[in-house]
Amino acid sequence: MSLRKTLTAAGLFALLAGTASAQSTLVYCSEGSPEGFDPALYTSGTTFDASSHPIYNRLVEFETGTTNVVPGLAESWETSEDGLEVTFNLRSGVKFHETDYFTPTRDFNADDVVYSFMRQMETEGSWEYFNGMSMPDLISSIEKVDDMTVKFVLTRPEAPFIANLAMDFASIQSKEYADAMDEAGTPEMLNQQPIGTGPFEFVAYQKDAVIRYAKNPEYWKEGLPKVDNLVFAITPDASVRYQKLSAGECHVMPYPNPADIQAMMDDDGINVMEQEGLNVGYLAYNTQQAPFDNPMVRKALNMAIDKQAIIDVVFQGSGSIAKNPIPPTMWSYNDAIEDDAYDPEGAMAMLEEAGVSDLSMKVWAMPVQRPYNPNARRMAELIQEDFSKIGVDVEIVSYEWGEYLDRSKDVERDGAVLLGWTGDNGDPDNFLAVLLGCDGVGGSNRAQWCHEPFEEIIQEAKTLPTQEERAALYEEAQVIFKEQAPWATIAHSVVFMPMRPEVEGYKVHPLGGHIFTEVSLAE
Amino acid sequence: MLRYLIGRLLTFIPTFIGVTIISFSFIRVLPGDPIIVMAGERGMTEERYNELYQQFGFDRPLVVQFWDFFTGVLQGDLGTSYVTKRPVFDEFFALFPATLELSFCAIVIAITLGIPAGVIAAVNRGKFFDRALMSSALIGYSMPIFWWALLLIIIFSGNLGWTPVSGRIDLLYYFPDVTGFMLIDSLLSGQDGAFVSAVRHLILPSIVLATIPLAVIARQTRSAMLEVLGEDYIRTARAKGLTPPRVNGVHALRNAMIPVITVIGLSVGMLLAGAILTETIFSWPGIGKWMVDSIYRRDYPVVQGGLLLVALLVMVVNLIVDLLYGLINPKIRKR
Repeated sequence: MSLRKTLTAAGLFALLAGTASAQSTLVYCSEGSPEGFDPALYTSGTTFDASSHPIYNRLVEFETGTTNVVPGLAESWETSEDGLEVTFNLRSGVKFHETDYFTPTRDFNADDVVYSFMRQMETEGSWEYFNGMSMPDLISSIEKVDDMTVKFVLTRPEAPFIANLAMDFASIQSKEYADAMDEAGTPEMLNQQPIGTGPFEFVAYQKDAVIRYAKNPEYWKEGLPKVDNLVFAITPDASVRYQKLSAGECHVMPYPNPADIQAMMDDDGINVMEQEGLNVGYLAYNTQQAPFDNPMVRKALNMAIDKQAIIDVVFQGSGSIAKNPIPPTMWSYNDAIEDDAYDPEGAMAMLEEAGVSDLSMKVWAMPVQRPYNPNARRMAELIQEDFSKIGVDVEIVSYEWGEYLDRSKDVERDGAVLLGWTGDNGDPDNFLAVLLGCDGVGGSNRAQWCHEPFEEIIQEAKTLPTQEERAALYEEAQVIFKEQAPWATIAHSVVFMPMRPEVEGYKVHPLGGHIFTEVSLAE
Repeated sequence: MLRYLIGRLLTFIPTFIGVTIISFSFIRVLPGDPIIVMAGERGMTEERYNELYQQFGFDRPLVVQFWDFFTGVLQGDLGTSYVTKRPVFDEFFALFPATLELSFCAIVIAITLGIPAGVIAAVNRGKFFDRALMSSALIGYSMPIFWWALLLIIIFSGNLGWTPVSGRIDLLYYFPDVTGFMLIDSLLSGQDGAFVSAVRHLILPSIVLATIPLAVIARQTRSAMLEVLGEDYIRTARAKGLTPPRVNGVHALRNAMIPVITVIGLSVGMLLAGAILTETIFSWPGIGKWMVDSIYRRDYPVVQGGLLLVALLVMVVNLIVDLLYGLINPKIRKR
């Protein structure tokens, strides 16, 4: 559809909605279908783009374009001195969506908050993100103090808790709507015809084809959203998304093919925004097995990897070399750290010094494409070649994705594993503790690395109240990480967002979401 | 004819049971655990894993799980998707009309172009036209669908702007599904230009999906025609002084149709396989992409239910083909 037609479409929407004419419609060529519209049930970004960002709000939110936590449905909050109680003062006068399938009779209040969390605490269901962030262990109780005040009681002081509440699973549902659906015997409607307080109201979804949203006229943030209608044209193939963008059939598209990016940048009809993603791709040694239990061996191997070649070949430029286990856009990133220089001869000498010769090892290559590693097989081949230059023989192995995730957790695992991580809440704890903490051994800590001095620091950082104090500790932790080298940190991906020139106000969000609340279309 | 029909229908039963067993076992034979895939890099505690294991009913013996599936199937219940939490049956029938519409257009193109092309090539055997047609058919048959589709999009949608890039209809048109067939729904909606838009969106995907069956049908028609044209009764017909169109069109073609119909029947399976790629590229909301996604996610109910429904479809098409044999060749229906 041409943009002229898009405008006509806007007119049609206006007719349908019975409101003023000259409406604007933003078309986003999304990469896939959402699994559903209840974000608490899912963990994928595609689903969050279609559900939590347009339809819902949370008590606190990430400011678009940053990982800063700002007030959302809670106007303010206080943490008790022992760090065990967090009290939220809720915003008054916030309306839930009024649609052709539901008419709310009351404004948002504390009941909605308690309901949205208690269902994940108490009812059966695949609340994977809530569980994955250890919320059931962390939350001891949630109390309604009065209609506009809610108190969370925690089992231990935990600084990243507030940021967790800005995550998608913490989206606030309407208890009134949920009760009505329960009564009607159709509780699944929460997942199919959502009601929230967010900037856009759900209008219709045709699976694998199109999702339509209309502006929430009662949105509590003054002057937002800026467009009247939002349409997701679901387009799984990246080359086809590019063609649609060129032809004016959509305004914004995510995930371009790396090979197309240069052509897009050269095209006057397309603007390309870019930002480093909040992720890291790494090679994790099994630090509990000889000779990889020796930091010197790990360091030597790290020096043998030509990371620039990997960025050029595997990422085709859409990545940057990683020197730390956390991405550069994250607070506490220690930029003073120097990366191990690519030095095969030095590496060989170091291996010799460590008394290792004729080393042969396995490198595990993931069978799937991920943002932090677009082609693990190719990456493994490059590493194999690099290691062969220092006399280390590499066998590449791979398994089906589920098997891969499962087997790579094994403490007895043979070989170094290619894997990565995308940040959940913008907190360094979400990288350092989850991926490198002692609790993660035999689980998400693929290096099976439990190092006392590092562990002490990250545990202490969790309990400190201010970001400055915590940042100082995390910076120190990164120094220890670099000395000990449980991983070879390989790359952070760079996120590219191509869009048409008339799109204004779009911000690339470091947490990976595609958010259109503040976007407008120039005449 | 009735006995023939009943006989054919009876063979349906064991095939159906076999297909149920295969579709149930197929996904379980593949390595990969749906619960672990669901958790991704984040992983989950063992306790949580066991909880979900029980919730999904994996703790019960396989035979019991199969029996539940089988009795469910007989009652028209194919289970609920682990991912979308919606009944498999509903999802299938929401998406199936799109696949059917596309496949139907593709097979119509393949038949209306393939049969005449085969006949013309046979009649002009060895001449330029025959060689040109058969080499194009070979190219069409060997064409990677993915590449072919992108090529057409870049030329006709990108450079020339004649056809839309992807989708089923312009986003401008918005009306509720009535039949699920966009050509029909767009007419029913009464909106100006909706039908034309739906047709324009169908052109490229139908051509892409028709390419391989078209090549196969053309080649099959040619070789069947050549065989028949060498028969005595054709020489007799010619000797009687019948016009060439009558000899070729009536006497030869009808007798050459049996293997061609077989091939058309078989290409239904091919269309569904081709639909997976075609649907992905053209953002066509059909069952091809739905099935592939569910295999990646190890969404057992969708994979086994979807497979079963697709297999049933192929069985029904084959039954129709068998009945057509009977209509065309009286010898078969009398057996």
